[in-house]
Amino acid sequence: MTQSERIAGGLINRSQKLTFTWNGTSLSGFEGDTLASALLANGQHLVGRSFKYHRPRGIFSAGSEEPNALVTLGSGAAQEPNTRATMVELADQITAQSQNHRGPLGWDLMTVNDLLSSFIGAGFYYKTFMWPRSFWEKVYEPVIRASAGLGSLSGIADDSSYDHGFLHCDLLIIGAGPAGLMAALTAARAGLQVIVADEDFLPGGRLNAEMYQIDAMPGAAWAAEQVAELAQMDNVRLMSRTTVYGAFDHGIYGALEVAQPGSDSTKPRQIVWRIYTKRTILASGATERSMIFANNDRPGIMQAGAVRSYVNRYGVGPGRHVAVLTNNDDGLRTAEDLRAKGITVTAVLDARKGEAVKNTFGRRRVSGIILQDDTSLAVDCLAVSGGWSPNVHLSSHQRGRPVWDGDIAGFIPGADQSPGMVVCGAAKGVFGLAAVLESGARVAGDIATDLGCHAKIDLPDTSNEAVGTAPIFDLAASKGRAWVDLQNDVTTKDIAIAQAEGFTAAEHMKRYTTLGMATDQGKTANVLGLAVMANLQNQTIAETGTTIFRPPYTPVSIGALAGRARGQNFRPKRLTPSHQWARENGADFVEVGTWIRPQWYKRPGEKGWRDSVDREVRMTRASVGICDVTTLGKIDIQGRNAAEFLNRIYANPFLKVPVGKVRYGLMLREDGVAYDDGTTARLSETHFIMTTTTANAVTVFRNLEFARQCLWPDLDVHLNSVTDAWAQFAVAGPNARALLSKVVDDLDLSNAAFPFMACTDCTVFGGTLARLFRISFSGELAYEVAVPSRYGNAMMAALIKVGHDFDAVPYGTEALSVMRIEKGHAAGNELNGQTTAHMLSMGAMVSQKKDAIGTRLSQRPEMIRDDDLRLMGFRPVDGGDTLIAGAHFLTQGADASMANDQGWMSSVAYSPSLGHAVGLGFLKRGADRIGETIVAHSPVRGGDILVEVCSPHHIDPKGERQRG
Amino acid sequence: MIINHPRLGPRDSAEFVYKGDAGLIERPFGTDTSIEQMHDYAYLRDNTAGAHRELWYHEQGDRSWLIVTRDTVTHEILDVALARPPADKATS
Amino acid sequence: MHSALRIIKEGLTGNKGWKPAWRKPDPRTQYDVIIIGGGGHGLATAYYLAKEHGITNIAVLEKGWLGGGNIGRNTTIIRSNYLLPGNQPFYELSMKLWEGLEQDFNYNAMISQRGVLNLFHSDGQRDAFVRRGNAMRLSGADAQILDAAAIRDICPYLDYDNARFPIKGGIRQPRGGTVRHDAVAWGYARAADRRGVDIIENCEVTGFIMENGHCLGVETTRGTIRAAKTAACVAGSSSKVMAMAGQRLPIESHVLQAFVSEGLKPIIPGVITFGAGHFYVSQSDKGGLVFGGDIDGYNSYAQRGNLPVLHDVCEGGMAIMPMIGRARVLRMWGGIMDMSMDGSPFIDKTQTDGLFFNGGWCYGGFKATPASGFCYAHLIATGRPHEVAQNYRLDRFLGGAAIDEKGQGAQPNLH
Repeated sequence: MTQSERIAGGLINRSQKLTFTWNGTSLSGFEGDTLASALLANGQHLVGRSFKYHRPRGIFSAGSEEPNALVTLGSGAAQEPNTRATMVELADQITAQSQNHRGPLGWDLMTVNDLLSSFIGAGFYYKTFMWPRSFWEKVYEPVIRASAGLGSLSGIADDSSYDHGFLHCDLLIIGAGPAGLMAALTAARAGLQVIVADEDFLPGGRLNAEMYQIDAMPGAAWAAEQVAELAQMDNVRLMSRTTVYGAFDHGIYGALEVAQPGSDSTKPRQIVWRIYTKRTILASGATERSMIFANNDRPGIMQAGAVRSYVNRYGVGPGRHVAVLTNNDDGLRTAEDLRAKGITVTAVLDARKGEAVKNTFGRRRVSGIILQDDTSLAVDCLAVSGGWSPNVHLSSHQRGRPVWDGDIAGFIPGADQSPGMVVCGAAKGVFGLAAVLESGARVAGDIATDLGCHAKIDLPDTSNEAVGTAPIFDLAASKGRAWVDLQNDVTTKDIAIAQAEGFTAAEHMKRYTTLGMATDQGKTANVLGLAVMANLQNQTIAETGTTIFRPPYTPVSIGALAGRARGQNFRPKRLTPSHQWARENGADFVEVGTWIRPQWYKRPGEKGWRDSVDREVRMTRASVGICDVTTLGKIDIQGRNAAEFLNRIYANPFLKVPVGKVRYGLMLREDGVAYDDGTTARLSETHFIMTTTTANAVTVFRNLEFARQCLWPDLDVHLNSVTDAWAQFAVAGPNARALLSKVVDDLDLSNAAFPFMACTDCTVFGGTLARLFRISFSGELAYEVAVPSRYGNAMMAALIKVGHDFDAVPYGTEALSVMRIEKGHAAGNELNGQTTAHMLSMGAMVSQKKDAIGTRLSQRPEMIRDDDLRLMGFRPVDGGDTLIAGAHFLTQGADASMANDQGWMSSVAYSPSLGHAVGLGFLKRGADRIGETIVAHSPVRGGDILVEVCSPHHIDPKGERQRG
Repeated sequence: MIINHPRLGPRDSAEFVYKGDAGLIERPFGTDTSIEQMHDYAYLRDNTAGAHRELWYHEQGDRSWLIVTRDTVTHEILDVALARPPADKATS
Repeated sequence: MHSALRIIKEGLTGNKGWKPAWRKPDPRTQYDVIIIGGGGHGLATAYYLAKEHGITNIAVLEKGWLGGGNIGRNTTIIRSNYLLPGNQPFYELSMKLWEGLEQDFNYNAMISQRGVLNLFHSDGQRDAFVRRGNAMRLSGADAQILDAAAIRDICPYLDYDNARFPIKGGIRQPRGGTVRHDAVAWGYARAADRRGVDIIENCEVTGFIMENGHCLGVETTRGTIRAAKTAACVAGSSSKVMAMAGQRLPIESHVLQAFVSEGLKPIIPGVITFGAGHFYVSQSDKGGLVFGGDIDGYNSYAQRGNLPVLHDVCEGGMAIMPMIGRARVLRMWGGIMDMSMDGSPFIDKTQTDGLFFNGGWCYGGFKATPASGFCYAHLIATGRPHEVAQNYRLDRFLGGAAIDEKGQGAQPNLH
């Protein structure tokens, strides 16, 4: 197909022809086209269907306010729905499809909705579909949902790359139209660090679309000259294809930069920038409105300014017989520009003189208009200018309220703007080119002066064109439907229904009719809607009020906002010091918070994970096993008052821990609930090493710093997190001592010399710095040995090598967990933030002779009830049964109801040591119920079984092994 | 948001962890504290709409606990200071 | 009366017969009950006072436009997937009220019970969800534990192969879902109005009338209004309003952001919640992906948030469903949450006779709307708490009876 509607002139590169596909047909355009201008060049006016009535929709605008021309680009992983054709920079080989129709675009079966419009006006769905009740779910809702949305996602992962970046500047200028360029020149010449961002691929704004003269040259050429100057300056970053989408606190702005289509595919498709700026100039221009008359929604009915854009910038004739309808002087210029290109202007209708369009006709494209005297004119395009609404959006992201300005018939920024932001040019309601340029220069000059620079106001020679917008919005004298919101199909009749039902507040009208809730957020519709409501209410638009603009200014892709944080890069990974060794030795890894830990080590011949875990437990309990426990938090605590400090942190006493000893510590939250536990070793009078659980390592350290800096600054104590500084290994099992005797230099490890809960600095393997703690999580004779992290991998290898004579095994988190459940130690499933010391049978540990975090509130009556839950052990009555963590306990014979709930199973494991499953859990009055058979009830997983209540210490209840 | 750290200059608030009302540094201390006193300290808040003194911790930074005075209606930050200035200690 | 027949009749006669959904009366000087707050909970309270207790001489006072608080700016999810005995029966009552609500108040709120799915990513999370699912079943709610294969059947496009935190399964409540949020406010307002309740918009309470420890009414921007019983129902502004009555609350105000995408053809069934990050999503009847994540985390009365949460939420979304990469965020907004000290709400009398309090709903108030109104009405009418709300006492922390679903203690921004 040829570009039949191409006319002379424009800012396109006719030597660079581009081929694209529209609904399966191959078409061509030129470099410098948008998809919309290229479609118009090929005579394609019908480009989509409206949301509700599936009315034919054509290109309405030439910018980001486009409500109609939404298309789907690409397919598969690259499928991009709801894309405004007016903002798609044409590139070779792109494919685009129309949306929201069943069957071909020209014969959409869903247009039946249009015939039913009298019955499906605003809010109709709130009033029906309720009977019979079962029909909603089975009939009505599926039908409604099936008609939802415009374009489709493909359901395939978007594999494009996105990135984030941070920029800092003195002055951010939003918009590179005449006001923005003038502001940028003024500020940049004064020496400010300036960022200019503009959503278009060609800077210049309306200068590219109008026939203005500046300094005796065409406005577009003047803009290009200024852009060239700015591009040369080191203190300016000119960002085209970049939309500032939101204004946030303290001068932080979000911006989306899209790559030039067809450019280097190794670069990110889109970049989200966070721009930190001292000051901001909002020079975002204004958006032209339509007017209200019957059937004002047909393809070919366009903004007058858009008509000028297509004619002047893109060299495209949007029609061959064009009528112009206006309430301001722009309409007249439209006629001039059209005539200058040889396009027939059928009529110029000036609403200020009482002229109007009464109705239109033409199914897939407007083919004629009916005037007030019922004469009809054949036209294939109607250019409408209903006045301009300043683009105040970003000025109200910080809750600034726009105010109505009757002089320009539009909302302008109110007094309560974002701190640091000033608005200029058309965005402030300043019209007329000379005034706009001056406005930009003045605000930039003031900011430069404020920031200590000298600015010179140097204005080019131009003039002010007349604007003269009259507040005429509604010409709908006829009975036909007249559209207010083109995408969401809100007509004046819908607003009348909303008004009749009392939905008259701006927010109620919006929500009831869906006015302004479409993808364009009502950029061209809102003021018309308010005008209609104001008229119905016999009040002014100022009295009617407005809804508030919220970010983003235009929609931003979720992929871009996520940036690189996806897939395996969603969050950072922390690797244990012996990760390399583990990988080389058959470890299967698991995510533990941000850590990656071995969960078991698979050996040849083992069929499932249970084989590996059972073996690791058996071999550890039979001889010796080794586990990297570096992930436990380690906090180095030093100072004259270190013991006093710990005594205020832990619920149990810590003042009198002897040097060379480790003590188990229970930490409460201030509300008295058990928070964290671990062992803390005293290496000297003034030096302790605390361990925390893996999960709470960060927050415990945070809380200790709070206590140190804020609660008790008078204590002499200093803290350092050394979790990553030391690699730590548990060496557990009857042969642990024998193994370590070959590792530790010159240290008597006999029970007498280095008993349970002893600790010391030492060296290993002939001089390597180390720390040794005799502590046990498994219940076995056990030690933990720590070396500087850089030796961690070698240490693991060396321990296994030395342990060869004892059949030493590495074990992972699963075996660790099995052994702690066998032993009856509480861990994460028990310490879930809802557990009291009382429930853990540790109530007596909470010293009442001192004040520590949580001491006082742990004594509240509901937290120390005798009939409350207790941590107990459980085993299946039938030894072959599997236990289910999360099962609730019921007394045998009791109904399954919450009233009969007796507690729950928190942790379970198969115990290879005992040959049956073992569990831990919380049971009401548990301590009194040892030996009782109860029901473990789990309808959601595994069903019900009988279990016997027992001590939580399934193995070695007297602790003889760990002390041996 | 940007917090102007008294030692490090302006920093993005994402480097910080928020705790809450600055009154939390005034913890009653001692075994004679009543449950009611601790309850009021731990649970009750003025929850001011307007200038609010609050605790922020520079976790991704120098680990300072700061008291930031911030308007909870506008988010404007009026003042930033160390939670406990070291002035007293410096002379001892 | 709303019906299909009525719509046809109006359609044939030019839609000229519709009447206001609720009257706009001027306030009288005396009522039996004043409800402060014309949001979902306040309107529901008025409705149930009228319907269940025959008390109709009620003024609902709203400082702005009806339904302009959190009922008008939430992510529309309903569910009763709570763990603790202090919560679960209350939310299950709410679910049952949702299930009959539209026929009850004759307004279609588009209640869509297409399931709420919470993913889990570790054995420990699974165990906690099994415990929760069993608790739900014990109180008569519905719950299922699904493995990854079953989830793949429902949502084939989640990232099963390359997720940083692998999807191991999920807990699903089939009866959970979404509701057209504004319609809830309008439906309750219309139904309460029909029963004689005065709904008075643009009427801000500026003070309480107190005499001898009794609350006798309120001062407002539209004059003095007296009533034997005054019931605050202003979540988001609870501390401000109750400060006028001299009461400090165990509540902080925080901003929660939410996001909606451009309209898309249906692809997401029900509600999906990521278990290893902050992201949940559903798809509205109009096709927008409605999603959100964590609160911003600092005290705020500004109905807007900041960029770190926007990024965090989108990262969570892309982490589990990277097929939404080219869907675009259309609009983001913030609502002010009453974040309580244990993450659970309050429905209680106060220290002042005649003054009642309902608040502390955190980010979960929408789903509670019917039960909150039902139980609050019960308390106001009878003087006794409803049995499923008896734990929502204002003084529960004094005795140590926190209802702490998340186990985070007295740190509101972690709930």
